[in-house]
Amino acid sequence: MSELNSMSNQAPESPERRRFVGAATAVAGLAIAPGVMLYQVAHGRPDDQSASSAVRWGMLVDSTKCASGCNDCVSACSTENGWTPVAESKHPRQAPQWIRKLELEDPLTQMETNLPMMCQHCAEPPCVDVCPTGASFKRADGIVLVNRHTCIGCRYCMMACPYKARSLVHEPLNDTQKPDVPRGMGCVEACTFCVQKVDRGDGNTACAEACAAAGHNALLFGDMNDPESGISRRLRELPTKQVRADLNLNLGVRYHGI
Amino acid sequence: MAGKIKSLLALGAVVLTTAALAWAGADAPAQASGAPKPAITKAVKGEQCVEDIDFMRRNHMKLLNHQRDKTVIEGVRTKKHSLKECIECHASEKTGSVAAARDDFCVSCHSYAAVKIDCFECHSTKPQGPMSMHPLNAETVRYKHKLAARTTSGVSAQEMAGVAQ
Ligand code: SF4
Ligand code: SF4
Repeated sequence: MSELNSMSNQAPESPERRRFVGAATAVAGLAIAPGVMLYQVAHGRPDDQSASSAVRWGMLVDSTKCASGCNDCVSACSTENGWTPVAESKHPRQAPQWIRKLELEDPLTQMETNLPMMCQHCAEPPCVDVCPTGASFKRADGIVLVNRHTCIGCRYCMMACPYKARSLVHEPLNDTQKPDVPRGMGCVEACTFCVQKVDRGDGNTACAEACAAAGHNALLFGDMNDPESGISRRLRELPTKQVRADLNLNLGVRYHGI
Repeated sequence: MAGKIKSLLALGAVVLTTAALAWAGADAPAQASGAPKPAITKAVKGEQCVEDIDFMRRNHMKLLNHQRDKTVIEGVRTKKHSLKECIECHASEKTGSVAAARDDFCVSCHSYAAVKIDCFECHSTKPQGPMSMHPLNAETVRYKHKLAARTTSGVSAQEMAGVAQ
């Protein structure tokens, strides 16, 4: 294990090296605890392998840990994915918003609840149902995405989404996009669970990393199909809810403390 | 008298025709060479493209379209035919981009062929990070003179050196 740790300190990571590390971990895993280790390796998917339905990416939001006034997850998302923060936008009312921070107050008790809201990565996504071109789709590993090559910007999906999770890009972006995150005028977009990071094998999203870095640990990202993953364990322990569970969409984002 | 005037006119006509022919003649070689050729700059990195150059000139769009669907829909992220990797190698040293200036790799041919591309409405035209931080830059410094010699664009070796500093 110590050998692995020292290796993981070395940037940049080539696919060959990742495969090698994967193999090394698998061997170590077999020697110590087969099931546990092999599950973890499964996330470092080789470049040439498609996303697999054996994995379902999900997120647990612990709103009891989500701090009032903190916006770190939102800024981290905007930095990672290259969208302009709403406050800096020239047209805030139509600015893309992949994730937003909500502060709710119970009118009876004045209890405050903080939580981030973003695409819930529905297992039965209404946005996919209504899309006339097939641009809105669910990837095998449960991540709901927009294929911008086929999106015509009709915005049906924005109307269909119960969580107001999607935005349309209204203005030309003039080559300000991140190389890893193509996006452009006339297409709809939403949280991608940092698909570029997931495919790189990071196994975490920018928002969850930022939340942990700020010491709040309110966001936990992982594979909900793997019974041994951090998120699955936590979901077993904590009472959680799906927002608008009545819609029966089987959400990929679960909330605790709401 | 009338005869003299006639011959003068005839002479004038001959002179004019010759002049016109000479003028047309001067223009003719320029016509023969056609529109200005695209400036195809050698890739900053590497000696060899992932496929044959002739094959690439005709078929790069097919490879890119295929790869794009594999990547977006299935999540396959192989590097060989990925647009991001094309940009990694072909971004110009001057602009750090494949499509910012007239001489940049993609634009240069596409404006010559009059084929409009939409790729860069959404995709970044630059490699990850600023050009000075480009992982290729350090290893390509020694290629600079070679690049300058081979390029057909108007970028001088001095200008190129300036970008690297
Ligand atoms: S939350 Fe909205 S955008 Fe996300 S999958 Fe569900 S319907 Fe689609
Ligand atoms: S805006 Fe794009 S993704 Fe949404 S429904 Fe229309 S075509 Fe589909």
